[in-house]
Amino acid sequence: MSFLSGVDMIGGYGGADILKGCTIDVNEGEIAVIVGPNGAGKSTAMKALLGMLDLKQGDVSFRGKDISALTPQDRIAEGIAFVPQTNNVFTSMTVYENLEMGAFLRDDDFGGTIEQVYELFPILADKRDQLAGELSGGQRQQVAVARALMSQPAVLMLDEPTAGVSPIVMDELFDRILEVRETGVAILMVEQNARQALHIADRGFVLVVGENRHTDSGAALLADPEVRRSFLGG
Amino acid sequence: MEAVTDFINALVLVLNFVVVPGLSYGSQLALGALGITLVFGILRFANFAHGDTMAFGTMVTILVTWWLQSKGVNLGPLPTALLALPAGILLTILLLVVTDKTVYRYYRHRRAVPVTFMIASMGVMFMTNGIVRFVIGPNDQRFDDGERFIVHARDFKDLSGLSEGLSIKVSQGLTIVIAIILVVLLFWFLQRTRTGKAMRAYSDNEDLALLSGVDPDRVVLVTWIIAAILATIAGTLYGLDKSFKPFTYLQLLLPMFAAAIVGGIGNPVGAILGGYVIAFSEVMVTYAYKKVFIYLLPQSLEPAGLLQLLSTDYKFAVSFVILVLVLLVRPTGILRGKVL
Amino acid sequence: MSNARKTLLAFAAIAVLLLIIGFAQSWNVSLGILNLCLISAVMALGVNMQWGYAGLLNVGVMGFAALGGVSAVLVSQAPVVEAWDASWGRLLIAAICFIATVAAALFCYRRLPRGRTRNLALTFTIVAGLALTRLFLDPAISSIEAIEPAKTGFLGGMGLPIILSWLFGGLIAAGIAWCIGKVALGLRADYLAIATLGISEIIIAVLKNEDWLTRGVKNVTGLSRPVPYEIDLQGSAWFIDFTRWLYGGTLANLDGDAQQQALKQFVIDGSSIFVKVCYTGLFAAVLLVVLLLSVRALNSPWGRMMRAIRDNEIAAGAMGKDVTRRHLEIFVIGSAVIGIAGAMLTTLDGQFTPTSYQPLRYTFLIWVMVIVGGSGNNMGSVLGGFLIWLVWIEAEPVGVWLMQVGTGWLDEGNVVRIHLIENAQHMRLFFMGLVLLLVLRFSPGGILPEVVRRRK
Repeated sequence: MSFLSGVDMIGGYGGADILKGCTIDVNEGEIAVIVGPNGAGKSTAMKALLGMLDLKQGDVSFRGKDISALTPQDRIAEGIAFVPQTNNVFTSMTVYENLEMGAFLRDDDFGGTIEQVYELFPILADKRDQLAGELSGGQRQQVAVARALMSQPAVLMLDEPTAGVSPIVMDELFDRILEVRETGVAILMVEQNARQALHIADRGFVLVVGENRHTDSGAALLADPEVRRSFLGG
Repeated sequence: MEAVTDFINALVLVLNFVVVPGLSYGSQLALGALGITLVFGILRFANFAHGDTMAFGTMVTILVTWWLQSKGVNLGPLPTALLALPAGILLTILLLVVTDKTVYRYYRHRRAVPVTFMIASMGVMFMTNGIVRFVIGPNDQRFDDGERFIVHARDFKDLSGLSEGLSIKVSQGLTIVIAIILVVLLFWFLQRTRTGKAMRAYSDNEDLALLSGVDPDRVVLVTWIIAAILATIAGTLYGLDKSFKPFTYLQLLLPMFAAAIVGGIGNPVGAILGGYVIAFSEVMVTYAYKKVFIYLLPQSLEPAGLLQLLSTDYKFAVSFVILVLVLLVRPTGILRGKVL
Repeated sequence: MSNARKTLLAFAAIAVLLLIIGFAQSWNVSLGILNLCLISAVMALGVNMQWGYAGLLNVGVMGFAALGGVSAVLVSQAPVVEAWDASWGRLLIAAICFIATVAAALFCYRRLPRGRTRNLALTFTIVAGLALTRLFLDPAISSIEAIEPAKTGFLGGMGLPIILSWLFGGLIAAGIAWCIGKVALGLRADYLAIATLGISEIIIAVLKNEDWLTRGVKNVTGLSRPVPYEIDLQGSAWFIDFTRWLYGGTLANLDGDAQQQALKQFVIDGSSIFVKVCYTGLFAAVLLVVLLLSVRALNSPWGRMMRAIRDNEIAAGAMGKDVTRRHLEIFVIGSAVIGIAGAMLTTLDGQFTPTSYQPLRYTFLIWVMVIVGGSGNNMGSVLGGFLIWLVWIEAEPVGVWLMQVGTGWLDEGNVVRIHLIENAQHMRLFFMGLVLLLVLRFSPGGILPEVVRRRK
């Protein structure tokens, strides 16, 4: 039984079904990556896990409990965090306030978590009083991930965290994500940069038109000649 | 020596007819514009009912003031209306919360476009206006009592020996003091409290705020409560300073909108700045400078006309022209507000 | 129920209501309401073009209607020759100064590079130009206003038939709308709303205060008419003969003095009804023309493009449609229609009273008409204009009556009762707001929703 899983999900945003029976799951301390061509429903699959679209069929369960009926807010309260692809920081608030907002639902003292996050992303400690809107793209992505971590989630979902950042920043972000995994958080991520993402992935899902085409460990997928030919450019 | 006295006289003149009225009117506008800008930031629509919300709150305050006055209750030198304010605020909160539950919430949950909200707010405006006129009538009402002046023009003349007097009305002094207190409280609330930060986050990025667990209904509720407090106080202060007439409050909508947009809509600091910019422009453009120049210039150069740029009837034109200028030159407002 | 049947039914209902009012109250009242219904319908059509076709929120209907009103004065009043004689030279110079100022300001704005220099140059040009203009305008104004202030004290008009003002009013409104549109269109939707709200307040302020142009709050009364005067009708032989023929049956039963007396009364009553019917004919003709043109325009490729822009501005823009330009077109046309209606209204009133322009009556009530009738549907707007005007007029007596009945258990002299009855008229505002909100919520398309044609 996986930690967070969506099984045989079918659904879309009202019109035609985007997901046509796909299964995604992730375990504790593991990085799972969803890759695939444009329009395959990668982000949609992730949003389905978060409850942002109505599924016609399929169940989402978390820690062995069926959460299909919960609203996104309730799922977040259960311990799932989500970093959207764009508009993922509060631009008019300081870095520190962004982190505070991440901990909005927590009643306990989150000073310790902030210290951990600063350790993970040292640049944020330096920029804590700066407005998030004034930071560079890569720094904003760090704020976004850090904000999500502030709720001490059991699962962290990232929607294309490296979209629009330079290759150097991308490598650094992946390093950070590996470090986050060390803290025991389950990480589920949608990525355009399939090759790099599969390198750090424990497991990968290759989605094509809303269905699972390949599901295996990251290394196995990288080694699979068909996957290489069709999705990784040889 | 005479030149110095003349200069001081001119200064007092400007102080008396431009600075003091500008400060108090600006504070009233700022409080009103704050309400508009908060509603805009959180609910994302221009609230046409805000002027009538002010009128409603002021009306309740006036009724309670009259009742208190009839019971012989008063605050000595201060206007009795201050005692009645809490009642006005409470009923206005009730009004706004009920309109939200019955009108706006439906559209919010359907994620309707802002224009729909605006038209709905016109409906609310009609209804509120109807209630106010029905209860208190369309005419001018006065409800000020207590001391009229903090500084009396005659006393000032006697004390200073100047030929120009400076007078500060109690209502003007009160307006400025209360506005400062309210603004400080509001900013403390927005910057320091959990709910205030949730409001800012929601205004900045609604989706992300929801992902962070902010409860939208609660944020909206608090916004209406703050808007009600600000509107009632602004309306009552305006009524004490000038007079209360439902139609005037409807007309205040334009300078308040102008203030909010000029400062940068959705930005509270901008609303305050905009309030003073609009108020001072209005007062300065419509003031007749003849006497000031008589003091400042040698007798031979005495001005012939009133030296009034615009007649006071055109004060709305002033807010409008500034609004248009800002729209042309810098549509986001002086301090960057939202551009949706 | 199909829209066509609904339309028929709704108009039949209104006709029946007007007939009831005609029989129960009087035909004069009924026709008076009908005439205002027609004008309201034209105004609502103008707003519907802007809102229904293009999604533009014009909250300055009052201002455009008032521009139509003042054009009735400027077209029909006889020129005040003394005032022109006393002031024309200065007026001319002032006008030249003003035009030069505007031209110089535009030149600065267009030709100078963005930045501080341009702003300073602009400010200086405008301030200096306006000061120069006023140097000539102010004495001109005082010389105009000095001439028989109790009777004229203004420049008067062009002395043309008042019916031309309907056209002229449309043109003035279109001109002002173009200026506003240039500034506020292309920005956020709510900015146009606030800008139009502002311009309408300013237009009213100008009309109230520029006595030399409009006599201001002294009003202009006794405007000429496009239809005959009652008193002339009563004196003309053909009308008396017509009345005699019309009431032949009744009159035959009377004799001598009584017959003369009755005929006289019939002629007096008949003349005022005849005048109203003439107006009805004129207004109905205008309404029909505007309606036909609107319907044709809406169904033309141009109308389709408008609606496409309204429904998805970004997509339409991506298809190469110049969204801002199209918006400007429709905004100007819609405002012109409002201006026409405003001129018709002042013609009907026979006087121009700037203080009568209230935003609730002239802006927001028209909005209620459009929304309740059905935004985007021309017949809907006409229906809304009729229906809401009827309700608006009849709500007052009904409200008072309700209050009287409702407080019947209270003492005649009870303070509360007197207050309630006296203020009952204001409840119609409340009622209108309620109607607007209910329609918006439960039937957002209005009574006659927009017809979306799908190609099979």
